[in-house]
Amino acid sequence: MPSLSPEIVQSVRVFIAENFLFREDRDAIGDHESLIEANIIDSTGVLELVAFLEQEFGINVDDGEIVPENLDSIAAISGYVARKRAQEAA
Amino acid sequence: MCGIAGLFGFRMQPEDLRVLLRQMIEAVGHRGPDGEGFHLDGPAGLAHARLSILDLAAGAQPMCNEDGTVWVTFNGEIFNYVELRDELLARGHRFRTQSDTEVIVHLYEDHGVDCARYLNGDFAFGIWDSRKQELALVRDRMGVRPLFYSHCGQGIAFGSEIKALLQVPGVAAEPDPIALDQIFTFWFPLTPRTPFKGIKELPPAHVLVANLAGDVRIRRYWTLSYPETNDDGFPRVGNPAALEEELYDLFCDATRIRLRSDVPVGAYLSGGFDSSVTTSAIKHMQVGRLRSFSVTFEAEEFDESAFQQEMVDALGTEHASVLCRGSDIAALFPRVIRHAERPVLRSAPAPMMMLSALVREQGFKVVLTGEGADEVFAGYDLFKEAKLRRFCARQPQSRMRPQLLRRLYPYLPALQGQSQRYLEAFFATGDSLDPLHSHMPRFRTTSGAKVFFSGDLKSALAGYDALDDLRSQLPAEFARWHPLSQAQYLETTYLLPSYILSSQGDRMAMANAVEGRFPFLDHRLVEFGARIPAKLRVRALEEKYILRRSLKGLLPDAIANRPKQPYRAPDGHSFVGPRAPGYVAEHLSDGAVNSAGYFEPKAVGRLLAKAQRSPQLGARDHMAFLGVLSTQMWHRQFVAAGGSADFTSSSQKLTQSQDFIDAVTVT
Repeated sequence: MPSLSPEIVQSVRVFIAENFLFREDRDAIGDHESLIEANIIDSTGVLELVAFLEQEFGINVDDGEIVPENLDSIAAISGYVARKRAQEAA
Repeated sequence: MCGIAGLFGFRMQPEDLRVLLRQMIEAVGHRGPDGEGFHLDGPAGLAHARLSILDLAAGAQPMCNEDGTVWVTFNGEIFNYVELRDELLARGHRFRTQSDTEVIVHLYEDHGVDCARYLNGDFAFGIWDSRKQELALVRDRMGVRPLFYSHCGQGIAFGSEIKALLQVPGVAAEPDPIALDQIFTFWFPLTPRTPFKGIKELPPAHVLVANLAGDVRIRRYWTLSYPETNDDGFPRVGNPAALEEELYDLFCDATRIRLRSDVPVGAYLSGGFDSSVTTSAIKHMQVGRLRSFSVTFEAEEFDESAFQQEMVDALGTEHASVLCRGSDIAALFPRVIRHAERPVLRSAPAPMMMLSALVREQGFKVVLTGEGADEVFAGYDLFKEAKLRRFCARQPQSRMRPQLLRRLYPYLPALQGQSQRYLEAFFATGDSLDPLHSHMPRFRTTSGAKVFFSGDLKSALAGYDALDDLRSQLPAEFARWHPLSQAQYLETTYLLPSYILSSQGDRMAMANAVEGRFPFLDHRLVEFGARIPAKLRVRALEEKYILRRSLKGLLPDAIANRPKQPYRAPDGHSFVGPRAPGYVAEHLSDGAVNSAGYFEPKAVGRLLAKAQRSPQLGARDHMAFLGVLSTQMWHRQFVAAGGSADFTSSSQKLTQSQDFIDAVTVT
């Protein structure tokens, strides 16, 4: 598995902390922790997250890509964003 | 319908006792604006605020038996009082009035507190038995009418609402962190707990008897129970056509006896199946005009006015409606909290308060509604959702099954937009052997709002687990019931009395002195509903299957066949934006949040900012927003004039109140 970009991880972590976790203690959520199981994200939250990723990273999230494999942890999101950027740059 | 209050075992001068009783009953005076009455006798004092509905001239309370040895203060209605009266007369009792109240004292003479078993109705009463020198408190089976009490050093105080008890010296509005945790899990505290330590709610279907030696016994006299079965088969084989007929007859009788009143009776007409059949049944039984009432919303996603109009036209009722705007909800919310006496995570009580105001304004005191049908006959989406989640879990590799989840919530846009894999992830929660399996998505979403709890509140909770607490209260036979019965039991025994009938029901109606009557909550129908085979309650994904089949003749086809639309009201957004009331920013300010002590101020600030900038808030954020705001308002109104919640000493006090619950004999 390629290592994750620290900038992307940090940016996603801040967004999740401020919009879903609301708390200061940003390390409370682990990089690989499931956002659904941790009760952090619901169906509206997924749509908010997608809007954020499109705006922040300039990517286009296809409907078929809105799946937990891509979006259910900070690590998964960061990996997905990196792949999309590489794809869209190519 | 009325307000009641009383004191027992307080060593006070009669004059002081009378003054205190007057303060208590005036605190719930909105429940009974038509008159006030008191009875003092040695260690006991009863008070009553009357909303006169039966025997307007002679029905004043407190009321006594023939020789004045048994006295009652009573809130509610005994719908089978006519039949009970005849039986009591035949047994030699003498009546002075035509009221239902008098039936209680005579029945008590014959049966003691077991008199509750004979009553068909919605009731909460206190009885002073001067021969035994005992106080009895009795509450109806389904928890329609409220009853709170406090066991303070000297004796027992009781009342229809907590406000009455807060008048009593020694009873303080001290917040109970465990109750808050329960509210942020279930939407309500688990009875007998209330949001205040030291104030208890008598659970539905329970009686309490206290004597002067200080013994307090609490006993359950009725319980909701389902046939023991683990499969989808017929537990007690019944012929569906015969069941439909029996249901129809029971429903008509339940409606008929709920029309007993010496003042005119109206009907709530939401436009849905339950209120429509109720209204139609009344129309069939009564000659002359029938008044119906409804609430309408600006937003199309909540509004049902077209359906209401269709029913009004079909039945020929004289209809009045009130429009509820988001700004109305926000404007009413402080009053909602004052009457609910607890934090609420939903805005739905506010429109109900507007509706009762409309009814009152139109000169009515009594309305029949369709409340209870969704619990008793399995109408809520949650029941179908749980069924589908079990269906998906049986074939986890199936890609088709989770698609059905989308069909459950056509009215929730955010859910419609989800991929199949996300649907699976959202609904595939938990262990299907967990007794709370059906409710875990709701409880999990609600619990998400606890992310705002302050460090102090969390440490006062010291690892308390509300879900485990609820699991430990379930009856032993629960595990042997059909999963649908389990889900209905949770909904009917907990959510119905502790939220729907109270925060959204009695407290919102009685704020405007309006009495609700609910044919579907007649205990004969409730018991009958529990005996219907699970697969006739919900067939495939058709909710209230047998109920719809049984009662569809009461409705035009277009209405009878329409899918259910749940009652929902606009949530968090009523409280932000340019028209937001000033109190929101004030209650959610760092200073106010910090000083109250329940929540983390910075996190609350971020939530408010999110609500202000996001066009759509998710379910968890909506509930969190209302939960935080209403807790702040509740704190200001009840707990403190600027003080803070003291959790530092709370573990000690927590233990004491728990000791009290433990010390009471519960059988």
